[in-house]
Amino acid sequence: MIELKRLSKVFDADSKNITAVNDVSLTIEKGDVYGIIGLSGAGKSTLVRCINYLETPTGGSVVFNGVDLGTLSHKELLKQRQKMSMIFQNFNLLSQRTALKNVCYPLEIIGTPKKEAEEKAKKLLETVGLSDRMNSYPAQLSGGQKQRVAIARALATDPQVLLCDEATSALDPNTTRSILSLLKKINTEMGVTIIVITHEMKVVEQICNKVAVIENGEIVEKGYVKDIFMSPVSDIAKELILPKNEGIKRVLSERVIRIAFDGRSSVEPLIANLILECHAVVNILGADTKDIEGTAYGQMLLQLPDDEAAVNRIKAYLDKKEVKYEEV
Amino acid sequence: MIEFFDNLLGTGMTEMYVNAIFTTVKITLLSTFLAYVIGFPLGIILYGTASGSIFPNKSVNAAAGVIVNILRSIPFVILLVMTQPLASVIVGTKIGDNAFIFYLVVAAAPFVARMIESSLKEVDAGVIEAAQSMGSNNFQIITKVVIPEAKPSLIIGSAIAVTTILGYTPMTYLIAGGGLGEMAVRYGLYKFDSKTMYISSVLLIILVQILQETLNHIAKSSDKRIRNQQNTHQKKEKKS
Ligand SMILES: Nc1ncnc2c1ncn2[C@@H]1O[C@H](COP(=O)(O)OP(=O)(O)O)[C@@H](O)[C@H]1O
Ligand SMILES: [Mg+2]
Repeated sequence: MIELKRLSKVFDADSKNITAVNDVSLTIEKGDVYGIIGLSGAGKSTLVRCINYLETPTGGSVVFNGVDLGTLSHKELLKQRQKMSMIFQNFNLLSQRTALKNVCYPLEIIGTPKKEAEEKAKKLLETVGLSDRMNSYPAQLSGGQKQRVAIARALATDPQVLLCDEATSALDPNTTRSILSLLKKINTEMGVTIIVITHEMKVVEQICNKVAVIENGEIVEKGYVKDIFMSPVSDIAKELILPKNEGIKRVLSERVIRIAFDGRSSVEPLIANLILECHAVVNILGADTKDIEGTAYGQMLLQLPDDEAAVNRIKAYLDKKEVKYEEV
Repeated sequence: MIEFFDNLLGTGMTEMYVNAIFTTVKITLLSTFLAYVIGFPLGIILYGTASGSIFPNKSVNAAAGVIVNILRSIPFVILLVMTQPLASVIVGTKIGDNAFIFYLVVAAAPFVARMIESSLKEVDAGVIEAAQSMGSNNFQIITKVVIPEAKPSLIIGSAIAVTTILGYTPMTYLIAGGGLGEMAVRYGLYKFDSKTMYISSVLLIILVQILQETLNHIAKSSDKRIRNQQNTHQKKEKKS
């Protein structure tokens, strides 16, 4: 559906070049909820703005439904953008319009008759659960409500793709969860392909099926979320996946491995047996479980003993049990 | 009624004041209107052609900027003298109220353009980006996004413009025009009638206050960014 081919964006700022996106190739298929995760300044926003040509790439191409966006006239490009909506961290609603009128805006610019537009806007506001706040102005709504209005507005033109640039980063954890489940619902029920830009792994875990990890403008890792969770390769992916815990960071200098498992394996006998069989004591530094596309996945950080022989026994044991692990 | 005021102000003075008020209001409103007719599009050009704006164009932006800056840096009296030949051509006369409106417009239009520009600049870039992401063309972005979003600030700007223009109206005494300001100058400076000077000055001040307060009130009541108290308790997130 969307193919990014060797996409690059170099900014010419104050006579020095900043490469914000560097040689990115990605294929997003219809129905995907594709996460693009990276730390601040990694080039996520620039990348997503290149996808709808809000930013003109300096290299490579964006192919949307077989059409190379770079070959289009400005007018044709505006048409394509109507099939590719976008929502933002700061909601970007029109402050002088009510929620209803905000949702009407994209319909207005394509010349939909006012009555028809309002009816559709009302339906969409119902879909996002805001039928009682249609005549409120953005200033009268909470962050989560504003993002719901923005989502309704983004859906007004029946887009095939929804681009979300840090759509939940300004929201508290509960609101984030409810917005994410709304997005998931839009994906499954309306068949909208979603691209989710975020710096938070928990966002990817909650709704994405695929993920690309971006660092310094380059994609360092990409694939199915569950695969990357089970065995992350890049340092940045490992960092993003690790359970966030102060105590863990402090002892990471010592010998620590991360083991990942899915719902099929039972972990407690594993650790108990490991200790018994390997005659070695391990210290559990942290553990958590997540639900990725309906399957439970877990991870555990184990501090290993200093004894090299014991470490080798543990690794052999884990290999035998086909448990994925890596040193962190 | 007129007699009562005539007794208070002097024979025939009431009519003079009333005429002066009308003349001042007419000159002020007409000049402001015409200054906006020229200044508004110019302001949009200044805003839109700036680098990083909606339709960046370096040369147009530089040209518009230079014209505006030059006109704004010429003191009003000098501008008036300099543009007298132009007034003869366009208005048909170099003196009187209509010619004075012409001079005011020449002086105020660039000022209005800068104010429009700065009001439009206040519009959140994110909102414009959102509109662009929905496929809006530049005309739609200006007319449906930027101007409506800037509306409160534009109205406050118009209050500044109209009161500033009003502040220049006494200069009509230079070219035999009329109005409250001219009256104050003529009676104060040449007829040594300080009573009339003070009364017409006070009327001028009242006029400024009325215009300013009315426009500021309109700006405030039209601004939807202000959260009214009634709604603060509805902040709680509604789950779906
Ligand atoms: N318009 C711009 N001009 C110059 N540099 C820019 C511009 N936009 C972004 N950048 C730079 O590109 C890099 C990536 O920025 P961005 O895409 O916003 O990152 P992210 O969204 O991942 O935080 C940063 O170094 C940023 O300073
Ligand atoms: Mg960003």
